[in-house]
This record gives sequence, C-alpha cells and structure tokens, in this order.
Amino acid sequence: MADRRMYLDHAATTPTDPRVVAAMLPYLTTAWGNPSSIYAEAREARKGLDAARRTVAEALGAKPNEIVFTSGGTEADNLALRGVAMAARQRRDRVAAGDRESAAGDGHHIITTAVEHHAVLHECEALAKEGFRITYLPVDNEGFVDLDALRAALDDRTILVSIMYANNEVGVIEPIAEITRIVKAHNPHIAIHTDAVQAAGALDLSVDALGIDMLSIAAHKISGPKGVGALYVRGRTPFTAQIVGGSQERNRRAGTENVAGAVGLATALRLATDEREARNAHVGALRDRLLDELPRRIPDTIITGPIDRARRLPNSASFAFQHVEGEAVLLQLDLDGIAASSGSACTTASLEPSHVLTAMHVPESYLRGSLRLTLGASNTMSDVEALLEKLPPAVARIRALQPMAGRSA
Amino acid sequence: MERLIYLDNAATTPLHPLALEAMMPYLTGSFGNPSATYRLAKQANDAVVRSRKTVASILGARPTEIVFTGAGTESINTAIKGVAFQQEKARAGNHIVTSQIEHHAILHACQYLERFGFDVTYLPVDRYGLVDPDDVARAMTDQTMLVSIMTANNEVGTIEPIFEIAAAVRERASSLKKRIPFHTDAVQAPNSLQMNFAEHDIDMLSLAAHKFRGPKGVGVLYICRGVPFLAQQNGGGQERQRRAGTENVAGIVGAAESLRITQESLDADRTRIAGLARRLRDGILHAIPNSTLNGHSEQRLANNVSISFDGADARDLLADLDDAGIACSAGAACGATTIEPSHVLLAMGVPLERAISTLRLSIGHETTAAGVDAVLTALPTIVERSRAKRAPDSSATAAG
Ligand SMILES: Cc1ncc(COP(=O)(O)O)c(C=O)c1O
Ligand SMILES: Cc1ncc(COP(=O)(O)O)c(C=O)c1O
Repeated sequence: MADRRMYLDHAATTPTDPRVVAAMLPYLTTAWGNPSSIYAEAREARKGLDAARRTVAEALGAKPNEIVFTSGGTEADNLALRGVAMAARQRRDRVAAGDRESAAGDGHHIITTAVEHHAVLHECEALAKEGFRITYLPVDNEGFVDLDALRAALDDRTILVSIMYANNEVGVIEPIAEITRIVKAHNPHIAIHTDAVQAAGALDLSVDALGIDMLSIAAHKISGPKGVGALYVRGRTPFTAQIVGGSQERNRRAGTENVAGAVGLATALRLATDEREARNAHVGALRDRLLDELPRRIPDTIITGPIDRARRLPNSASFAFQHVEGEAVLLQLDLDGIAASSGSACTTASLEPSHVLTAMHVPESYLRGSLRLTLGASNTMSDVEALLEKLPPAVARIRALQPMAGRSA
Repeated sequence: MERLIYLDNAATTPLHPLALEAMMPYLTGSFGNPSATYRLAKQANDAVVRSRKTVASILGARPTEIVFTGAGTESINTAIKGVAFQQEKARAGNHIVTSQIEHHAILHACQYLERFGFDVTYLPVDRYGLVDPDDVARAMTDQTMLVSIMTANNEVGTIEPIFEIAAAVRERASSLKKRIPFHTDAVQAPNSLQMNFAEHDIDMLSLAAHKFRGPKGVGVLYICRGVPFLAQQNGGGQERQRRAGTENVAGIVGAAESLRITQESLDADRTRIAGLARRLRDGILHAIPNSTLNGHSEQRLANNVSISFDGADARDLLADLDDAGIACSAGAACGATTIEPSHVLLAMGVPLERAISTLRLSIGHETTAAGVDAVLTALPTIVERSRAKRAPDSSATAAG
C-alpha cells in the first residue's frame, strides 16, 4: 500500500495475499489452456480448477461437485435465489400443464431479512416483480433476526429462506444453525441459503453443522482476487442454471472458467481456514480496543451491532456518532491517511441512511453518523492507538463546524 | 510445459505479457474497492474508468455504454435476457430472431426464454454458414423485440455480413414502426476485424477477453444508449446499475489492455496469421485426399482452418495429434469432453459422417511457419490411421 496509509476497510475488500498471487500466476502464464479442451495445456488448467474445487469443498465440508464457481459474491447470491425460484416456477408450470408426476405445490414464497446485502435484497425485489412473495424478517436493535417472526412467516408456499451468516455493516453473526433447525422442522424441503461473504475466513463454514443448502462466498473479502466467488449447492437442491451456454460447472453456470481466479479463491480460503485462530485473535484484540475506547473518548457515540463480542465478527467495529455526518468523518480520516467506511462500499456514493441501521431502529439523530472500521492482518495496535488519538478531535471539529439540522429538534 | 504447437486459439489464447503487467498492480498494491471513497479506492476506480474509455473508443461507443461482465457467456446471457425481459414488461413483443449456428451461449439463452413463453426463430444458413440478411428481415414480425446474429462463427470461421444484417434489421424495424435492438456475439472477431461496430447500426455486442490474449473471467457487453434493458445481476449500483458486484479491477484492466494491443497491431498480425492459415489449409487439402474445407473460402476469420476428413473420426485425430504435441479441437471447446456432431456443421448441411471427422485448427499470435509445417508433416499419417481403423471392412486390429 502507498506510504504509511492505514487501511481499515477490510469488509469492502482486502489486499490480495502475496501467496495467493503466487498460486495464481502459473495459470496466468504457462497453464492458460481452456479447461474444457482435452490436450496437455488444457489438462493443466483442468487440474488446477479441479484442485481448487476440492480445496473449497474441503473448507465447507462439502463434495467438490457441490461447488459452483461464479464471478463474485453478488452472482453467487443472485444465482442462489433465482436458481431456486426458477426451479419452483418450472415445477409450478409443469403442474399447471397437468403433469401430476411433478412434486405438487405452487411454492412462490421467499423469506429473507431486512438487513441483507443488496445482492440479496435487490434480487428479491426483482423476484417480487415476477410474482414471488417476499417476507423481510425484522431484526432487533443489535441486528439479530427475529426468530419468532421467522416461525410465523413459514407457510406451505415457502420455497426458500435466505439469511446472511454475518452482516457487512455491523458485524452481527446470525444464529444460522438455529435458523435451519426451525426451517427444516417446519418443512425439510425448503431450501436455505446463507450469504457467507463476510463470514468466510472468520467463522466455521461447515455446511452440515450449519445445516444449510446453499452458501455464497467472494474471494476478494478473504485476501483473494476480485472477480471470483463460489456458491455451494447441496446435492439435491432444486436448482436451475441462470447463465447458460457451455456445460461448465456441471451445467449450473456456463462460460469459460476463470481458472486463475478459482485457484486464487481456493488458496485464499485454505490460508484463511488454516490461520483462522491466529488471524481472529489478532484482529479481535484490535477490535476490542476500538469497541472499548471509542465510545469512551467520543461523547454521544453508540456501538452498532451486538454488544456481546462473541456474537460479532472478530474484525468488525462499528459505531454511530450523534449529530455527525459520517461522510465528513470519512473525508477527515482520508486526509489523515486512514481508509474507512460508513457502511457498505457499494452504497457509500448514495447518501441514503443505511437500511441495516434503519432496520435496527438506530435513533434518527445517529443514523447518518455511522463509521465502520474493519480490521485485517496488516493492522497493528499502534495503528489503532493512532486512530484513537485522531478521531475524537476530528469528530469534535466536525460537530462544531456542521451543526446538523436535526439537532435542535 | 512441454508444448510444441498450439492451434486452438479459438478456444482460448495465452495472456499477453503486457496485459499481465498492466494487471499486476491491481492484484497487489492498488487493491481498493472502486466504490469506496478514499484515495486507495480512487486508484482502482480510475483504472476501471480508463479501461472503460479504452474499450469504448475501440468499439466506437461512449464509455457509459460499456458494461464489464464475468465472461463472454455472461455478456451474451445478459444481453438476450436483459432485452427480452424488459421488452416483455413494456409489452413490446415476445419474439426473437437468431440463427442455427450461434454459440450455445445464445442458443441456450434462447431456450431458457422459450421456457418462459418467448418465441424464437432459428434461421437456417447456407452451405458456407452464411445468414442471409433478407431472411432476417423476413423473419421479423410486429412481435419481434430482439435480433441476435453472431459476427463470426467459432467453429467454421465464417464471417457473417453483419453490417448488412444490422441495416436490414434497422430498415425492417422502422417499417414495423418499432425499435428492435440488434445484438451480435462478436467473441471470435477481435483478432480478425476492426471492432468499431458501434458506428454501424449495431446496438449490442458481446466480447470475451480470453479470446484476444486477455484474462479469463472478464467479458464486455456494449449496450447502445436507449436500448431497452433490464439488469440481470442485482445488488450494488456498479456499472451504472446494469451489473452489480465488486468490479474485477485487474481483469478489467487486462481486458482493455489486451483489446488495445490486439486492435492496434491488427493489420500486420492479421496478414501474418491469415498467411499461416492459408499455408496450413492449402497444405492439408493438397496432401490429404478426401479432405474438405468447411465454411466460406474467403469470408472467414483470419485464424480459422476447419477441415473434414471423410472416413476418419475426430476423436482419433485429436488423441494422435495430442501425442504428437499438437493441440487443436474437434469443434467448440465449451464443455466438449464428449464429441457430438456439431450443430453448426449440421446446419450447413454437412452430413453426419463428415461432421464427426472435422478438425478445427486456429492460428494464434505465437504460431510459427515451422509449427504449421510440423502439422502438415504429422497429419497425413494420423488421418490415414484413423481412416484405416474406422473403415467398415477393416477389423479392429488393422495394421497401420
Ligand atoms: C455480505 C455481502 N454479500 C455480498 C457481497 C457482494 O460481493 P461482491 O461485491 O464481491 O459481488 C458483499 C460485498 O460487497 C457482502 O459484504
Ligand atoms: C462465438 C462464441 N461465443 C461465446 C463464447 C463464450 O465465451 P466464454 O466461454 O468466454 O464465456 C465463445 C467461446 O467459447 C465463442 O466462441
């Protein structure tokens, strides 16, 4: 990274681990063949791709043929939702056409939460326009999904439940294993998807322990390259491919494979799994220092997300300052050489208050003052101390300069 | 790796070293997320902006009309479905016109739509694989809302009269008093044609970087301003709401750089590649009896040599060529671990027997005259051996 800058936005993206780049390079230079071909170069590429698939499967406790490589977390999320939704629609069409052999039912109900990433929410909105019924579960003020609302929402038309493993804005870890028990007790045929894009690396991804049918990850959030992700799809999940063409990825996602990318994803995931304890301990200590100190040093500051540290991502510290424009804080930090975020990177350009904080009922006067600090391997305790020195006067200055409209109200 | 001669450049091409060099900073130091606001992110965003400009200027388009995707197949699916679903919403019709010789990315996307009640016309081609622009116009009705014809065929190399087709579509659409977008799968074109297509009545165009010495996992979709389009990947607001997901910055940079390099040296490279292709083709046709060129003899991709060897079986040929250190293909590489008769050859009226005896040899920037000559030396015996093995009257143990 350029001269002594401090990068505290690892939830947006991460620096690629040099070991990952090294693993990718052979597939960008010598083993560049098309894995679908049959001669030697192609076989090298095929071997790399197959090994990558095995590595990802292993990290998930899954079978290699249950892994579908995608172009990123967004595609994986979209594919999970639409893949199941379109399979249900086809079943419905067949039943309507009088084919009694098809599993009966006219499933068209999808349950998700109000705090998902837009890759899930916006795809749900698209499906809603096509006639699917979507339930957005509420969360409590720490961001935990309301399980009673989940129980109440399940009905005999429900085909899919999609609930994120860990939230990108406030770091809350949802109780996925408990959620899947509730859903499967209601009806074992309902498919359950979890967006594990932020959880990957930090949390256990064993799909059987979680009890889920589908799980999304993105390489660039775990020190891998951008432009590659994966969707786990459990063997028998009713699922229809969306990008169609060649028979790659066992007919579930067509297109010449991004071999170097898949190798990069697999390497990053393996390193993250192997080094998980040490990494979590490292960032956890920094996170705890931030969570302890910032609310003490800056008046009218709340921690957003869970208070119980065991129930938040080890690298995520998120806050909201009363009567402060979060963007002004970010600008000040950037001038001080510190990269941070107010929430999710894809929405920072829009000045809408975060849908996650709104769903958590964060008080109005705090809504625009969010700050998300997400840690990584390169951060040190002295970085954190430097931030703890710089931030309080910066917030005070902004508060003095920008008395916000809502303040007198 | 021990590889002698690679003649499958239509399947994929080696990454250009300068493209890799351009990508490296974004695989290492400049790793920011282009959507974020701080300086590090701005570097990444600037790289995407620059790449978009480069691609736009080569295509003769505006930067805002370029969408980066995850593959050629994704670009094609996005184009076909993106228009179809938007047109359906606008009640602008449910009929698509395409051809029988398209890549599976187009054909399967159309079949996907047929399951949703869309209606697709798959136009026939002549024996050279040419689509007739008049056929396209005649197939269009007031229900037509999209036409997609490939620029050049990946198996037999035939270059379609794409600008005439585009003009025919435009004219017919105006007599039907509606806007009917014309998409072309130009995935095979950039090594052979100048790509300023946006200047020629073409509304949408798909590319895959790995076919022109760029990285795998990146595609380009050009969408002319005003074309009815519904995003097919939803999430963040990236790519002006037309394709959500954190941008593959390094991949995008590599795609733009390789397209620039390929197009800048197109004239010289094309002449050299076409010369080698000519030498290979003439040499084979001369040395091997009962061999037939597929596709059009002139109107074809500079790098494509598609030849059938009556009585032989392509599986034998590929295996023996591989043993001889020569890489080529029987048709499309896409998922081809089994060899099925090519839908392209069958549509051209090539008999089944001949179709399964077909090799596609595609020349690349690294191909040398010595490599071509080595193929010319090895191939006659290899064909002879397969013919002997497959001859109806020979026993399985025919001496060879
Ligand atoms: C929870 C979550 N899901 C999905 C995504 C989308 O991933 P990508 O932008 O790599 O497509 C992100 C990252 O932006 C995320 O944080
Ligand atoms: C004409 C044509 N269209 C589309 C594609 C699909 O491109 P990709 O496999 O890179 O997604 C290919 C390559 O296989 C092709 O040759």
